[in-house]
Amino acid sequence: MTQIAGVLFDGFAFGMLLFLLSVGLTVTLGLMYFINLAHGSFAMLGAYVALSLTRDAGLPFLAALPAAFIVAAVVSVGFERVFFRRLYRAGELNQVLFTIGLVFVAAAVAAYVFGTVQQPIQTPPWLRGSFAVSGLTLGVYRTFLIAVALVVTVLLVAGLEYTRFGAQVRAAVDNQRVAQGLGIDVDTVFAITFALGSGLAGLGGALAIEIVGLDPSFGFHYLVYVLIVVAVGGLGSIRGSFFAAALLGISDVAGKYYVPEVGAFLIYLLMVAILFIRPIGLFGKRQ
Amino acid sequence: MPRILAALVGAFSLLLSFSAALAQDTIKIGVIVPFSGQFADPGIQLDSGIKTYMALHGDEVAGKKIEIIRKDVGGIAPDVAKRLAQELIVRDKVDILAGFLLTPNALAAGDVSQQAKKFMVVMNAATSIITTKSDYMARTSLTTPQINEAFGKWAAESGIKNVYTIVTDYGPGHDSEQAFQRGFTAGGGKIIGSDRTPVVNPDFSAYVQRVKDANPEAVYIWVPGGSQPPAIGKALAERGLTPQNTKILGQGELTFDEALESMGDLSIGIITGFHYDWHNDSPPNKEFVAAYQKAFNRNPDIYSIGGYDGMRLIYEVLKKTGGNTDGQALIDAAKGMAWESPRGPVSIDPETRDIIQTIYIREVKKVDGELVNVVIDKIENVKDPVKEAMK
Repeated sequence: MTQIAGVLFDGFAFGMLLFLLSVGLTVTLGLMYFINLAHGSFAMLGAYVALSLTRDAGLPFLAALPAAFIVAAVVSVGFERVFFRRLYRAGELNQVLFTIGLVFVAAAVAAYVFGTVQQPIQTPPWLRGSFAVSGLTLGVYRTFLIAVALVVTVLLVAGLEYTRFGAQVRAAVDNQRVAQGLGIDVDTVFAITFALGSGLAGLGGALAIEIVGLDPSFGFHYLVYVLIVVAVGGLGSIRGSFFAAALLGISDVAGKYYVPEVGAFLIYLLMVAILFIRPIGLFGKRQ
Repeated sequence: MPRILAALVGAFSLLLSFSAALAQDTIKIGVIVPFSGQFADPGIQLDSGIKTYMALHGDEVAGKKIEIIRKDVGGIAPDVAKRLAQELIVRDKVDILAGFLLTPNALAAGDVSQQAKKFMVVMNAATSIITTKSDYMARTSLTTPQINEAFGKWAAESGIKNVYTIVTDYGPGHDSEQAFQRGFTAGGGKIIGSDRTPVVNPDFSAYVQRVKDANPEAVYIWVPGGSQPPAIGKALAERGLTPQNTKILGQGELTFDEALESMGDLSIGIITGFHYDWHNDSPPNKEFVAAYQKAFNRNPDIYSIGGYDGMRLIYEVLKKTGGNTDGQALIDAAKGMAWESPRGPVSIDPETRDIIQTIYIREVKKVDGELVNVVIDKIENVKDPVKEAMK
């Protein structure tokens, strides 16, 4: 019994990492219908920022996390203002081509600045190792990851439900034109939401280094996982992202544990099955 | 006007004949390696090994100048590698093909080497059958079975009775699994379980849990270098599987410098089998490491030594043939060549044209506050077992 619990815990932790990396994309996809495949590159940016701050500036790991968030958010606003807003009406193919090109550019820049070598990060000693809880050995860092993800989820949901800005975001997602007609500055809502989403990706990237490592092709590695989470969860739904990520993380790990020969395919099979039954995703909204 | 034209034509043809004359005194070597993409890092290390050899030994051999033409293959792309090899031979008129980080690319270029009868030096790709693809090919790196079969036998002979193996589910992983299991069972040990992980695998917790369930005396791991070694090292520690209660065995990638830095003290006690470590105390290695660090501000690794020894082989065979670049002459000169490499004594097997070298068994220990792979044993003159068995 304890084995399954341990496996589920690790799977859930991995799912929470995927959630942090994907939640920004699902909101911007659902809100702006802008296909930003470069989302993973903002995660990579946050990761490299956290790395530089902890390694070169000697900042403590916990302080580097909000810095990763802020830098990724600010840079993304720059990209949004200069590049992305020209493509809002340009059609999906152009958006895909442009943002994928951005991923390549980001990977090349990262290779130039940081080199191609695998980068480890120095996490504080209290985040390493494992601790025992009723017969289970749980990783400290994974517990931390789950905690951060839950806090972020609570803040996001509360923000959406209880703040004025959240109401504006919800209105713009539901029906942009009517929201504009009601005097909501959809432009600013877009920009702030985009910044928030990319900032969260940056935070996710910084947190991911300890689990999955960091090199210039980070933006490519996790693109597929993030897109699966967004598609399965439903565009524009934070709840959907959360459940999809948790489901995928747990089923990935459980699949590999019980049927290791094909375990890696389980998430793809699940994705196909779910989208077959419900093409708009678990919590997706019909247009 | 016609006089100026005649003068120009005259000058131009003089230039052409001059460069043609120069060309006869240049030996061109085509290096095919990934300089971009996912495999850029080991590719660049390999090239740095080549550059270091040329920096230490000059760019002239047997009275001729050595010119290196580099081509980026971008990653696993055998069709690209084949095309680049063809272009290098037909258009750039190279005399020797070199480099080859990845097995599929080496296999594809091997066909070209055989057809064009060009000397080819494989400086990294580690699958056994590669050297059978061309009669003009030699290898200066390693083969996966060479390391792992010897390591498996050593592990069984050192008293480990049972082992659980985890390898990555692709060519080199399968090679290492079969080689280790062969060596281990030959030494009297028992394999109590084996799993294969997908090539793209960020999360090892499920596989580690399976190992823990089986409760083996030792776990053998083969994963490619990069992000996976520290990921699996940490996953093992998180589940409470540490070298203190379960021996952790692996091929040397598991304890690369970056992996040690990432795992920290969790890595102490991991035992690996490998053919080169930059801490090696010999004079040839000290010279190599010093020059490498000075030029590239980085420590050399197995990719660097493959490139370095590959260039040495090329230089020495050219000296032996007096600058003759005929493929048969060069490969005949290479057969049986032996020298003291920074990694230890090596030689080229005259029958298989593959490398024969010492396999070191190392354990991670803390030396003067630094995590180091300390050599605890060695197996000398190891040949590639797969081709040995094919005889």
